[in-house]
Amino acid sequence: MNTPVGAGKEVTMGERPARDRIRDFFEVDCGLSAEEAVAEAERCMQCKKPSCVRGCPVEIDIPAFIARIAERDFRGAARIIKEANLLPAVCGRVCPQEVQCEGACILGGKEMPVRIGELERFVADREREQGLVIPPVAEPTGKRVAVVGSGPAGLTAAAELARDGHMVTVFESLHEPGGVLMYGIPSFRLPKDVVQAEIDQLRGMGVKILTNHLAGASIPVAELHAYDAVFIGTGAGLPFFMNIPGEQLNGVYSANEFLTRVNLMHADRFPEYDTPVRHAGRVVVVGGGNVAMDAARVARRLGARVTLVYRRREEDLPARRAEVIRAREEGVEFELCANPVRIIGTHFVTGVECVRMEMCSLDDSGRPEPSPLKGSNFTIDADMVIQAIGQGPNPLLIRKIEGITYGRKGNIVVDEEGRSSLEKVFAAGDVATGAATVILAMGGAKKAARAIDRMLREDQRDR
Amino acid sequence: MESHLDGVLGVKPLYRVIEAGQLADRIFQIWVEAPHVARHALAGQFLVIRIDEHGERIPLTVSAVSGDLVRIIFMAVGKTTHQLSALKAGDFIRDVAGPLGKPSEIGMRGTCVVVGGGAGIASCPIIARAARDAGNRVIGIIGARNAGYLILEDEMREACDDLLVATDDGSRGFHGFAADVLKEVIAGRKVDCVWIIGPAIMMKVTSEVTRPKGIRTFVSLNPIMVDGTGMCGSCRVQVGGETKFACVDGPEFDAHQVDFDLLMQRQRTYFDEEKVSLERYHEHACRCGEGGHHG
Repeated sequence: MNTPVGAGKEVTMGERPARDRIRDFFEVDCGLSAEEAVAEAERCMQCKKPSCVRGCPVEIDIPAFIARIAERDFRGAARIIKEANLLPAVCGRVCPQEVQCEGACILGGKEMPVRIGELERFVADREREQGLVIPPVAEPTGKRVAVVGSGPAGLTAAAELARDGHMVTVFESLHEPGGVLMYGIPSFRLPKDVVQAEIDQLRGMGVKILTNHLAGASIPVAELHAYDAVFIGTGAGLPFFMNIPGEQLNGVYSANEFLTRVNLMHADRFPEYDTPVRHAGRVVVVGGGNVAMDAARVARRLGARVTLVYRRREEDLPARRAEVIRAREEGVEFELCANPVRIIGTHFVTGVECVRMEMCSLDDSGRPEPSPLKGSNFTIDADMVIQAIGQGPNPLLIRKIEGITYGRKGNIVVDEEGRSSLEKVFAAGDVATGAATVILAMGGAKKAARAIDRMLREDQRDR
Repeated sequence: MESHLDGVLGVKPLYRVIEAGQLADRIFQIWVEAPHVARHALAGQFLVIRIDEHGERIPLTVSAVSGDLVRIIFMAVGKTTHQLSALKAGDFIRDVAGPLGKPSEIGMRGTCVVVGGGAGIASCPIIARAARDAGNRVIGIIGARNAGYLILEDEMREACDDLLVATDDGSRGFHGFAADVLKEVIAGRKVDCVWIIGPAIMMKVTSEVTRPKGIRTFVSLNPIMVDGTGMCGSCRVQVGGETKFACVDGPEFDAHQVDFDLLMQRQRTYFDEEKVSLERYHEHACRCGEGGHHG
């Protein structure tokens, strides 16, 4: 296997063997023991000018929390992390540390960088097991903030604003808060009780979360505008389809639908849970990102033979290296440099016709532009097809907000600090940037929350 | 204003059933307290419910609104609707989300006909009333297999300027299909707009009646949904050769552009699973010896 340049993070030691883990949805990573964590913490050089912090979108004081671990002051470590990030158990698991903090670690040049992600997770898990400490909140300011969406961006903005003493109400259209953390990321990467515990912490800080509330419908836009500030973190929930023949056949799913059925609705436990998902023997997943890996690995756990079709080369796969490796270990087959042209079947899917792709000149992102090789068509048998080719912002709310500027791809246009074209309306996360990572959404939300807090305090002074 | 949400389980909302009863053979109604839906719902919109922690999310039309209450009407066909039919006043529904979808494009059109078939009649009075309030003359046509399946006749009579009734077996009103009645109505007078709501096959057949005259005709589509907010794409339908999401682009579409065969094909995706689920529910209901309370 070719390891692409710049993909430093290999799978770490503490994980369950593939043959065990594909039988269930329990976590793949086992996490560090206290001894392992202390030993890992002692490797940290405690740099005076730590580059790891600059690599962290939410600016956790990484050397400080690692120093506490080395001193076995795990609660102290948790406190330091939570000053910057209230979702550490989530971030420790799903952040692409290899291109952020760990990618910037000075040890990375000579040996393995400090496993900062594992350490963050260790500290967060340990605190949760022993009882989460609700972070203190500032004196109430009397200002009301509406947060739309309870995914990574919404939760981060809500936490920061609650900490600043503002009254925060979060509107979530689904029946559970958490957004993509609940419906998108499978529990073997991110257990749902971990997400729920971190959300409960927010409730402890006084954040009110209204589920089943679709902003712009259950809460009209005019009512949102009545808040002192509005933060929009509605993510990128609109699935793209390839627009090829056969896409309407039964058994063709968007990754969003497939993952929602299993992760949020527990279709893997049908009929104990009422939501079904098609029982497939052979599954084709289209795409090469983290969502595609998640879908493929979920399908494996449902017992299917899984082929992942991606139009570029191995080294171009946008998914995290560790996820690709794990997908392979779990028996996901990769059909690279191939692209579906047609889905075959009558009523139900029976196969996918693909064409080989040739790598041509580099595109703007430095990746080769794939182009179909004439006459190279071949068919893969399949009774389920999952399209994981990306998603865009859901236009539902955005279109209802009069005067807000949005881009060609439907994303809300914001400045560096999340300000939209409308006064008092802010946005961050995928709805502003297009589909990206959990931590980038959190970083953006944190900046926006700071700007909102500043605005509300100036507002207060003016009175 | 949000005190209703501090339900029995603390922070998690629950929605109280205020009234529940049977309207006809296998057809039931529930009035549920859901202010966030009731206060903002318009004709043609729907909501999504999940009965309990193990439940699936199913879409149901907002059939009527009164203060903070919404009415849903459904036919007991699968596990969830059977379970729903066993709910009584004072019970709770775990989740009610909405209002979802686009409202009906009412407007001042002239003479409108609102056609309902079977449980689809549930959606008709709210549309008829809205159309009449907008200044239209409204003719209602409701049809069912037989008199025992007919619902909301009085309500429709009140909402419409004229109401015509049809049953397949002639046990009430005109002997025949709603489509036959519609044919006569549009032959006799100028009709500007038609709504047809019912099972997919009924909408397909009935909308053929208005095609030759090019009468603006809306149907309300009911594909399988999960979130109901445009996130999953399960409800995609073909309208005029384009893929649309019924949950956010609809549920009402131009009847003459809809690919009904595809809609019906996709509605059958989980046919086997639905059977398993219902059988399991009936077994469980039998063992417990009470009208189907689950979990």
